[in-house]
Amino acid sequence: MFDKEEILETINMVQQEHLDIRTITMGISLRDCAHSDAKVSQNKIYDKITRLAKNLLKVGEQLEAEFGIPIVNKRISVTPIAMVAESCDTDDYVDFAHALERAAREVGVNFIGGFSALVHKGYTKGDKNLIRAIPRALAETERVCSSVNIGTTKAGINMDAVYEMGKVIKEAAALTADRDGLGCAKLVVFCNVPEDNPFMAGAFHGVGEPECVINMGVSGPGVVRNAVQRIPDADFGNLAETIKRTAFKITRMGELVGREASRRLGVPFGIVDLSLAPTPAIGDSVADILEGMGLERTGTHGTTAALALLNDAVKKGGAMASSHVGGLSGAFIPVSEDEGMIRAVEAGALTLDKLEAMTCVCSVGLDMIAVPGDTTAETIAAIIADEAAIGMINSKTTAVRIIPVEGKKVGDVVEFGGLLGRAPIMPVHNFSSTAFVRRGGRIPAPIQSLRN
Amino acid sequence: MTSKEKSTRAIVTVLGTDKVGIIAGVTDVLASCRVNILDIRQSIMQEFFTMIMVVDFSTSQMDFATVGKKLDEKAEEMGLQIKIQHEDVFRFMHRI
Repeated sequence: MFDKEEILETINMVQQEHLDIRTITMGISLRDCAHSDAKVSQNKIYDKITRLAKNLLKVGEQLEAEFGIPIVNKRISVTPIAMVAESCDTDDYVDFAHALERAAREVGVNFIGGFSALVHKGYTKGDKNLIRAIPRALAETERVCSSVNIGTTKAGINMDAVYEMGKVIKEAAALTADRDGLGCAKLVVFCNVPEDNPFMAGAFHGVGEPECVINMGVSGPGVVRNAVQRIPDADFGNLAETIKRTAFKITRMGELVGREASRRLGVPFGIVDLSLAPTPAIGDSVADILEGMGLERTGTHGTTAALALLNDAVKKGGAMASSHVGGLSGAFIPVSEDEGMIRAVEAGALTLDKLEAMTCVCSVGLDMIAVPGDTTAETIAAIIADEAAIGMINSKTTAVRIIPVEGKKVGDVVEFGGLLGRAPIMPVHNFSSTAFVRRGGRIPAPIQSLRN
Repeated sequence: MTSKEKSTRAIVTVLGTDKVGIIAGVTDVLASCRVNILDIRQSIMQEFFTMIMVVDFSTSQMDFATVGKKLDEKAEEMGLQIKIQHEDVFRFMHRI
């Protein structure tokens, strides 16, 4: 009935190779929490989250014990707050972030995502207020995460919003300068943002989502790395096949835990996100997989091809393992959260430009990148515009989570701690993009045929 | 899977250096928890002891976490690695 080798393989994956469920994220609609009185609205938000998520932690812990697999994070995503807060009588939305923070603390989740706005074609009043509140919201709360969608393939890129987000990121860094710009680590600027992403900091509960839903994120770079290292002489066909098989097994765990969590919480099961999410732990690195394929250091020539193969094979294996796949579903390449990426940057092998090329073939973008504190808002906006253009043209999600660390320069390292890891300061181009960024308006949506 | 009654079976794996009394020690814990053993497979490779048991929880009043804790204590005492996991983990990961 059970094969001994299979049982031992599973146990080895968890104990030696860091296989875990990265996150169970409960998506909660707050569309019924709008009210003209901001206080009333905030109370409704707090009440609804604490009511629906009160058993999230308990169920997560039960499942960990029964299935013997760590569930690293239990989190919550909510309707973009710009939409919920819009009908209230105040222009200051920071108190909404405090309401989310209180709810997150009450139910014991470490992050709550959805202090968000979707402005790819333009701003509403609520979007404007929300974006203005982001730097303070991130400075005054610990667990609230924020995201803003500034472009889509169908709408083009809102360059006014791109420029504004450059300034917002600078301000968030300034307000959290005492914590090395930690506020920026909780803020993601997206193009083509998915509405069912379980991963922070970019998670929110989209408007097409049900009342409440459970989404899963799995993680297993270490498992894939070891599988790849076991076949040093395999050709690319066999390499891809091995990754597919491994991704299948990893994703099955997410599917199993997700179905069971959904049953116990009495909430529908949404999706499994197939993303290979690294952690700062040794051996839990996406860069290590690429290097296991035969690259001396991540970032050297061949890295983009290796990543493309990895990303596609993970999707093929994962899609077979789950009834509903969604979210970001691609390999993550955050710098500060991946020991191998950090090593590659410190060795001079991996640059911002190469990272940008890599984001053409995987999710999710320039992620957890620390840059010198004197990087201007215009340069950051231009970096966002480049990433958004890649997403817009290729009909994929791209994002930027960048931290201009005040007082730090190239060669310095900042420690964020925990899952956020540590980041070497990476150089940016010193030539100005200011005149380009300041033009304003929108970059038109791209043509969808003639695709070369 | 979600609609029918959930299975009450689990897999216990014991790994470690071979010594006297491993099976007795582990089965004693399970018996005290009123967990029924359905199948035992055991092998020794170069003094390395591996035991895989299929057990049934339906006779026990205790939950997974409690039995797991008692097995952890035994593992600590005997210098072994003991893990208990619901059978679905293995069924799901390796079978379509």
